Amino acid sequence: MLIKTGNDGFIHATASSITPQSLYHGRRDVMRLVASGVAGVAMASWAAREAFAQTSSAAPGKLAPLPSVKSSVAGAMTPEKLTDYKDASTYNNFYEFGTDKADPARNAGMLKTRPWTVEVEGLVKKPAKYAIEDLLKLSAQEERIYRLRCVEGWSMVIPWVGYSLSELIKAVEPTSAAKYVEFITLADPKTMPGVGSRVLDWPYVEGLRMDEAMHPLTLLSFGMYGEVLPNQSGAPVRLVVPWKYGFKSGKSIVKIRFTDKEPKTAWNKAAASEYGFYSNVNPTVDHPRWSQATERRIGEEGGLFAKKRKTLMFNGYEAQVGQLYAGMDLKKLF
Amino acid sequence: MKVAPSKQQTRPAKVGLSKANLSKALLHPAAKPLVFLLCLLPFSWLLFAAISDQLGANPAEALVRSMGDWTLRFLCVVLAVTPLRTAAKLPALARFRRMLGLFVYFYAVMHGLSYSWFDMEFVLADIIKDIIKRPFILVGFTAFLLLSLLAATSFNRAIKMLGPKRWQLLHKLVYAIAGLGLLHFFWMRSGKNDFADVAIYAAILGVLLGWRLIRWLKSKAQTA
Repeated sequence: MLIKTGNDGFIHATASSITPQSLYHGRRDVMRLVASGVAGVAMASWAAREAFAQTSSAAPGKLAPLPSVKSSVAGAMTPEKLTDYKDASTYNNFYEFGTDKADPARNAGMLKTRPWTVEVEGLVKKPAKYAIEDLLKLSAQEERIYRLRCVEGWSMVIPWVGYSLSELIKAVEPTSAAKYVEFITLADPKTMPGVGSRVLDWPYVEGLRMDEAMHPLTLLSFGMYGEVLPNQSGAPVRLVVPWKYGFKSGKSIVKIRFTDKEPKTAWNKAAASEYGFYSNVNPTVDHPRWSQATERRIGEEGGLFAKKRKTLMFNGYEAQVGQLYAGMDLKKLF
Repeated sequence: MKVAPSKQQTRPAKVGLSKANLSKALLHPAAKPLVFLLCLLPFSWLLFAAISDQLGANPAEALVRSMGDWTLRFLCVVLAVTPLRTAAKLPALARFRRMLGLFVYFYAVMHGLSYSWFDMEFVLADIIKDIIKRPFILVGFTAFLLLSLLAATSFNRAIKMLGPKRWQLLHKLVYAIAGLGLLHFFWMRSGKNDFADVAIYAAILGVLLGWRLIRWLKSKAQTA
């Protein structure tokens, strides 16, 4: 804080800036009052966090519950403290609903998630149109607690509900020509106010290489925190690829297409020099405009004063996914 | 600061009474402290929100950005003083100009401090690396240095020491600062291709600086 003394010529004391004598004499009491107030508030938020930690994955209870069993996939259950549901559901990037992080929670209410179909097409032997109800039942729902690292430099820990995308891939039987999977998400200007903007080329398209898509950690997710996904988090079905920057995990998916060519993905089309097709979390490859070495964990103890964390290679999933990229120059294929 | 005696009263009353009253209100001894407190409101709110954990999921980001927003807003306000004073014939507005200018500086300091503290944890090496990585920060930092120069020469004795002509010339730097501030904001938002807010500030600053340009061109045409 800049302290202006009034005798350096910058600003002269005005009547309003002179402390009343009574307040001056009682200054210690005032400080005590302020300090106890601050402490009280701090304690309250700490207590709330503690309470949440004890019932960590308990559903907030506003949406339909989505029962699941704990996943046995290697690396799928990080023991880290979960991000508060409130933070996870109000601090979102979902540009179809606006570019501000508070926009999706504000604007996603209009999204209609029933009826919903996901079309699977392209180089597969069994192309299909899945009603969301059928897709939900295609495989057993698992709980998976993943770290989520946004390309912007923040991270969360989220208990997702879903099953490995590989279950769906196996069901549609891709041909040997299929090398990539493309995910096309909803772009409905009637229910998504952001689709009118020219920020990105709609619909939002993402893609994975076949071996990435088949990796057991790649999750087709229908819920989080024991409930179905809130609209702003990509209801009714989304992808979660925990070792890649968050934008690789498309939300509100309507079409899955198997191709032999690398899909043209939304952010790659918008700024190819900044967002590569792979976009694996990598602390040694900076975004052209900022460092990726550290991240801010949302809801970290200490709030404003919390130290940033060191970002981990492949977001901490190197043991599970490192071999997918053996021999690749990750600085070039970022 | 000297204020020219109000000439409006002798003129046929066009807007008459209300302007005279407004002028009187602006000259009221309580006006300045009141404006001072008003200018502190955004800061007080942010401070309160920070203490009571109401800055949302990413409080550091919220604080840095809000302080930056308010710097830009106060820059618009201070640059509106002269056009408003001339157009609305309210010379009394001039007495608020320095204070408003210093509030631009105050919020700029808070913006830089929030960034250095909550984003960079006061690690100088990280800040330097970040500035090299993110040229828009360099632009903001340059604007801040220029603004410091204006704040440091904002007191009466500085005007005497520099001479009014040179002082005025120096303080024309505020136009460059406005340009740099806008560029800083534009560049920051360009990462998301999101220029809606930038366009609003550009329009406001465009009007405020355009008004000066037109006035300058007119005065040149008259003297030529």
